[in-house]
Amino acid sequence: MKEPKQLSVSAIENGTVIDHIPASGLFKVIQILGLDKINNQITFGTNLESKKLGRKAIIKLAGIFFEDDDINRIALVAPDAKLNIIRGYEVVEKSVVRVPDEIIGIARCVNPKCITNFESVTTRFKVVSKKNVALKCHYCEKITDQEHMVIL
Amino acid sequence: MNKKSLVSIDDLSTDEMVSILDLAEEFEKQPSQTLLEGKVIATLFFEPSTRTRLSFESAISRLGGKIVGFTDASSSSVTKGETLNDTIRTVTNYCDMIVMRHPIEGSARLASEIADVPVINAGDGANQHPTQTMLDLYSIRKTQGSLDKLNLFLVGDLKYGRTVHSLLMAMSRWNTTFNFISPEELRIPVEYKLYLDKLGLRYYEHSDFTEIIKEADIIYMTRVQKERFSDPMEYEKVKNVYVLRNHMLRETKENMKILHPLPRVNEIHTDVDMNEKSYYFQQALNGVYTRQAIITRLLNLK
Ligand SMILES: [Zn+2]
Repeated sequence: MKEPKQLSVSAIENGTVIDHIPASGLFKVIQILGLDKINNQITFGTNLESKKLGRKAIIKLAGIFFEDDDINRIALVAPDAKLNIIRGYEVVEKSVVRVPDEIIGIARCVNPKCITNFESVTTRFKVVSKKNVALKCHYCEKITDQEHMVIL
Repeated sequence: MNKKSLVSIDDLSTDEMVSILDLAEEFEKQPSQTLLEGKVIATLFFEPSTRTRLSFESAISRLGGKIVGFTDASSSSVTKGETLNDTIRTVTNYCDMIVMRHPIEGSARLASEIADVPVINAGDGANQHPTQTMLDLYSIRKTQGSLDKLNLFLVGDLKYGRTVHSLLMAMSRWNTTFNFISPEELRIPVEYKLYLDKLGLRYYEHSDFTEIIKEADIIYMTRVQKERFSDPMEYEKVKNVYVLRNHMLRETKENMKILHPLPRVNEIHTDVDMNEKSYYFQQALNGVYTRQAIITRLLNLK
């Protein structure tokens, strides 16, 4: 199976391709998934043309496969991301990122008077809207919307 | 859950609320009991709030409990830079329950997760003050006989007023009709209107006390503070619009009562105090019974 849109970055034998990342969110995805701390071969492409996103980024990870819970963590910065699981140079599985019901330790609470901005507390949010992502802080109960979201 | 705390009014189911109100009624009949004998309750006031603290301490004392704590952060280790985490971890060893007031939002939730004992939130910044809401509910039920189908007027600062928001959320469980009376700049936030829309509850917005005041069952007054206005001229224009005076009550309903979380500044003229429809001082007394009920319920003593 050929994926012509992915030809701009070299192919991998086994691993995961994360496609349709907004170009502006690439470095946050790297950070959330901790890709800067692993030794696997990783190829990044960014500012690629995309009809849907304008400019998109793509990540090819050799020898890496994600659990749903782990990959869904990037939903805050790459809600339209698509995953291709590659085995023997072939796409064997496709999946999309889903916004989880709860977000733990990824975003900062927008409320400057929130305890999580004063003490070392892991932030925790209930996802109250998945379309235009809105998070309700478990502590101060204020809403952080997509526009004001800061990724830790 | 073995250890139960009260951090947010939403932590209580409707049944739990009603059950606490019933229990508060028992305490009103007999406020002095020895249920807390041998118990120590910590009252940690990281910011001063004399009224709330006295109400809690009165509730605890009447039940025979002992109190440890501090009345503002300057007299505690907090000024030396101790984290909330460390303060709570220490205090939890000394007591059976923590009552805390803190200027930072979400601090009570965090404390409830750290402490081994139940935590009662006595106000966390602009966020929650659930015992205030419970005493408001108690006062409404007591004066109206029921919480069902009432016409509730919320007056003043509806934008920032924490007590107003919590009361709205609580009363929305009882088929309430809401009338919001506020200056343009301090209107009720849209999220609350959406919430009421979702529940199918009726609400109306006004910019002054209109003829509709005749229909009120409860008028809940709050203070309109100058600091809340971006334009001081705007405040000058409206400052007297939200002051309740005795003559305005002439045609109000027999059962109507006026509530206020106190302290009052000038939003209720003192000429209202003698009117039997004023209820704010009794409301404060109800706070003692309500807090007795909440404390004994969380400690599984009642
Ligand atoms: Zn928060």
